[in-house]
Amino acid sequence: MKRLCLLAFLATPLWAGDELTATGDLGLVIERATGSLVLVDRSDRAAVGRIEGLGDLSHASLTYSPDEHFAYVFGRDGGLTKVDILTRAVVARTVQAGNSIGGAISDDGRLVAVSNYEPGGVKVFDADTLELVADIPAAGKTIGLVDVPGRRFAWAVWDTGEVFLGDFSGKAPVITSLGNAGKNPFDAVLTDDAHTYLVGLFGEKGVTAFDLWDDAAQPVKFLTDYGKEGEDMPVYKMPHLQGWAFTEGQYALPAVGRHKILWVDRDSQETTATTPVHGQPVFIIAQPASPFVWVNFATPLNDTVQVVDSRSHEVVATLTPGKAVLHMEFAPRGAEVWISSRDDNKVLVYDTKTREKVAEIPAEAPSGIFFTARAHQTGL
Amino acid sequence: MRSLAALLLLALPAAADIAPGRATELEHMVLQDCGSCHGLTRKGGLGRPLTEEALAHADREGLALIILDGVQGTAMPPWRPLLTEAEALWIADYLKGETP
Repeated sequence: MKRLCLLAFLATPLWAGDELTATGDLGLVIERATGSLVLVDRSDRAAVGRIEGLGDLSHASLTYSPDEHFAYVFGRDGGLTKVDILTRAVVARTVQAGNSIGGAISDDGRLVAVSNYEPGGVKVFDADTLELVADIPAAGKTIGLVDVPGRRFAWAVWDTGEVFLGDFSGKAPVITSLGNAGKNPFDAVLTDDAHTYLVGLFGEKGVTAFDLWDDAAQPVKFLTDYGKEGEDMPVYKMPHLQGWAFTEGQYALPAVGRHKILWVDRDSQETTATTPVHGQPVFIIAQPASPFVWVNFATPLNDTVQVVDSRSHEVVATLTPGKAVLHMEFAPRGAEVWISSRDDNKVLVYDTKTREKVAEIPAEAPSGIFFTARAHQTGL
Repeated sequence: MRSLAALLLLALPAAADIAPGRATELEHMVLQDCGSCHGLTRKGGLGRPLTEEALAHADREGLALIILDGVQGTAMPPWRPLLTEAEALWIADYLKGETP
């Protein structure tokens, strides 16, 4: 703040105003084909800049520093890139593996961890310099990396089903095995209270819950018998659990191989309802401060988004925002949802009350949309 | 395996069977949808690398069958509901760098 006051004091009319940018309502959109990011302003519903040179972003995600000044971008090609949102420039970049899938930032903002496919494992970097701090190899591809309070991270291994908790608060990292989730975990997510790490399984039916508040807890597998009747359908895109919805005391989960959402009671882990939907769910995301979840779908049914009421478990709206809808990101208080349409080269802004489109923003093959408010959310 | 015989019969220059507009769609599909797991540059991800080098020793009919029927026990789904056999062969040729 000292610096800000000084700047304001010194500000001459020539550059006052324009030079000071707050980041609280900004966001970044990944342009997956061109290896670039679009900087967006939520309040203005506009693109305000582009950052290039981030490598292969065909599967990419990012996270923010606690001051919302920097973004850490995790690319498919193993690239970890630190971007300065204020100057709109790449300030550090390391190609730290051959192939990676995602990452997370520690609760104190000091460490950035990356989940790698090739070679499999987790690497941890200093958030300031991107210097390697720890290298934790794994017996396969690591997935579902999340930050856990206390400078910790949790992850799972696709090939073996093992789940690990890494504690990086001391001088040397302490890695603890939490047990086995099951066959081929495809993604995992941490509940917003950091209590339960939920691991979704692809190689068998089910989801496995790990209690992170209890050192001696055993993994609990549930949803092991959904869709017993009938054949599973092909899964043309792996569901993502990062936006897994927790609402009305329930988890809203994608039924892998089924065109259904499964509702599970958060305490008893009993299935309470299923909702038939338009296609294989990819993201199921709770609209903040509301009873609704929004769902998008795998190709070839990916021009549609549905809204489901978590009380009645009924679909209450079906929208067709554009071709190849890949992601949805809500304004932190839920007033708007931003939806990326890859094949229409647009980001669409919808008012969540009227469910009407209020703006369109051009972007080249957009995929993930990330608002800076994520800086303050555990498990993202 | 039921379709292998049919495929072998079909094993003609596949590009001739695919209209240019459809070829553009297939190319887009390879880039974007296959790319979800195999990478936009096809260097691999959850799925194996599909670069020309990686596929140098794979035969086109075998690749087309994998595309159509998937690989049991892995995340590779069968694309038969979305593709014809000629289209799968076109993609196999495309991946091997043999499509005009």
